[in-house]
Amino acid sequence: MRHGLTMDGNGAIRQNMKKGAFLFLCIAASALPGCVQVSAPDKPIVINLNIAIRQEVLYRLDQASKEVIEENSEIF
Amino acid sequence: MVLSEKMKDRIEMAAAALLIGAAVVGSGAMAQRDRDPAYQQAREAGLIGEKTDGYLGFVSSPSPAVKALVDDLNIKRKAKYTEEALVNGATVEEMAFRTGCRLIKERTAPGEMYQAPDKSWKTRDASQPLVDVRCP
Repeated sequence: MRHGLTMDGNGAIRQNMKKGAFLFLCIAASALPGCVQVSAPDKPIVINLNIAIRQEVLYRLDQASKEVIEENSEIF
Repeated sequence: MVLSEKMKDRIEMAAAALLIGAAVVGSGAMAQRDRDPAYQQAREAGLIGEKTDGYLGFVSSPSPAVKALVDDLNIKRKAKYTEEALVNGATVEEMAFRTGCRLIKERTAPGEMYQAPDKSWKTRDASQPLVDVRCP
């Protein structure tokens, strides 16, 4: 059973060796030029949500203006 | 006369619809009647008009009586705008402006004056009034 993937002592060592080889390949690949390098920016990422909030406020104001006119028709 | 449950429901719904309809029609006419007659008259005479900022303005230099009337209404308007702006997390100016859009579009009758985006006074006619691009 030399070539089979059995779980006897020999097979387990073989699997460990495979993992080691895979890890080595990964390290080797990362050292190659042309790899995509992703690094965290040194400044915090700011997402501006003010626009959406403003839109919601303006929508609410449209409703509020309707009510304010209806409820105080003597001054409008 | 025996009415089925379904018939009763239908009659009740029709009565409710009639009541709601009457209320909607009534509110439009009520709006004019709620105004102070002097205010209504000044509007119709074109002495005053709706400004773009949500307040009343003078088309021609006003008599002391008209000025007092308009100042009073504008103070009351500002109080309401302030209240609503606070509730909605907006500025008083934003609330006033939004209401101004609606006032020009929905509350000026043909013959009454309103302010166009270029600040000139226009007479409302049956066509759509000129309003600011920021109006909805």
